[in-house]
Amino acid sequence: MTIERVGILAIQGDVAAHRRMLEGLGVQVLDVLCEQDLNAVDALVIPGGESTTIAKGIARLKLHEALRRRISDGMPVLGTCAGAILLASRVENHPVAVLGAMDVTAVRNAYGTQVDSFAAPVDDDAAPGLEDMRCVFIRAPQLTEPGPGVEVLARVDGRAVLMRERNVIAATFHPELTSDPRVHEMLLAMG
Amino acid sequence: MSKSKDKKGNGNGAQRSDARSFEIKVGLAEMLKGGVIMDVTTPEQAKIAEDAGAAAVMALERVPADIRKEGGVARMCSIEVIEGIQKVVSIPVMAKVRIGHFSEARVLEALGVDFIDESEVLTPADEAHHVDKHDFRSPFVCGARDLGEALRRIGEGAAMIRTKGEAGSGNIVEAVRHLRQVFGDIRALTVLPSEELPARAKELRAPVDLVRTVAQIGKLPVPNFAAGGIATPADAALCMSLGAEAVFVGSGIFKSDDPESRARAIVRATTHYRDPAEVLAASRGLGGAMPGIELETLAEEQRLASRGW
Repeated sequence: MTIERVGILAIQGDVAAHRRMLEGLGVQVLDVLCEQDLNAVDALVIPGGESTTIAKGIARLKLHEALRRRISDGMPVLGTCAGAILLASRVENHPVAVLGAMDVTAVRNAYGTQVDSFAAPVDDDAAPGLEDMRCVFIRAPQLTEPGPGVEVLARVDGRAVLMRERNVIAATFHPELTSDPRVHEMLLAMG
Repeated sequence: MSKSKDKKGNGNGAQRSDARSFEIKVGLAEMLKGGVIMDVTTPEQAKIAEDAGAAAVMALERVPADIRKEGGVARMCSIEVIEGIQKVVSIPVMAKVRIGHFSEARVLEALGVDFIDESEVLTPADEAHHVDKHDFRSPFVCGARDLGEALRRIGEGAAMIRTKGEAGSGNIVEAVRHLRQVFGDIRALTVLPSEELPARAKELRAPVDLVRTVAQIGKLPVPNFAAGGIATPADAALCMSLGAEAVFVGSGIFKSDDPESRARAIVRATTHYRDPAEVLAASRGLGGAMPGIELETLAEEQRLASRGW
């Protein structure tokens, strides 16, 4: 299956930055706000933003089951920052339900508040093709306790920042805020 | 600020930067897009805001409607209230400082506040100079009524612009005026030949490099939000439709009859501003909105938007 149409869950967050990146890669982009939208796309991005706000929106729109079903049916999905939190199976002190699509524990605001936000290059042990990628962390979470099916693709300062399990990619940073398309290309390559 | 070290620079600039860098500051503003930032005066209100789906809260001692009513000097929120709010919510916590009051701003930065609003809603501390915002780890948002004012603030380091509107009035007319003014000014720039940009920068009293950037990209170089007078779901939808990328709601929530429902409704209308059926559904059963003020009844010195320059 070739990925022609990519949805962005558009409840709240940096939807515009993901749109710019994806359109630059030549795919059609659709805002996803209901089940019908979701069924019209070949892949999905869950953007950065506030995970509680987005999770409450998913609950209000009753999209939870539809999202889980499409992800477990193999739809390629990328979550960045808040999106990565929502994809996790477990979240520390999170008041709302997550999608449980990746066997990891998300720790929210793991680095501190905005005054501790930063950008840094990936460590030298990044997966082939991801060398020197610069990662922007904004009130970032950490993903810990990866299950046996989870592949760590890149670390920064020894901490996992990019992971993949089957059709699910989670980044604790924001590739969409840079001009580096490698993470989005990885999503499109899963088609 | 950054060290390239021994890493081979690969065009993506594989170097480190910290929270002082403009990229990191604007990054948080990007994350707030499509969201509602709610004014709160207590941890309890902050919790209500978060539960309703707010993307961030703004800590202040009194909401603008009360500042307007009670008068006196309006200052930065008390430390205890801000810390209490930081303890109970996980969403970003913003707080206001008086225009030009860089010491209040340093205190908020030391508290780890996520965004500082250098705000005309508080009593100005300096009548000639705004805070030099570049050298802070906390990003700043500032109010603006037109493009020149927005670019002056960005030149000083603001990572987000919001309309001033007329805070505490419950009247959307000024926010609409400011949105139309900023976007109209931007559109007018994009058709100017490049040799006319320096003269236009002079008229706008704005840095010429920022004027050139805006002429080229057709938008502000930072996110552009709406504030000042938003009281209903339809007000939020109106601002979003006019091009605002998120909304601030001040007195509109906690001065209404039913803050919980109204907060949820404004969040919903902001997400679905393009869909009238959703805005309609969000508008049902909210009880009374905050009382509004007809702006002709406000004397010039009672207008908050004219503070700052």
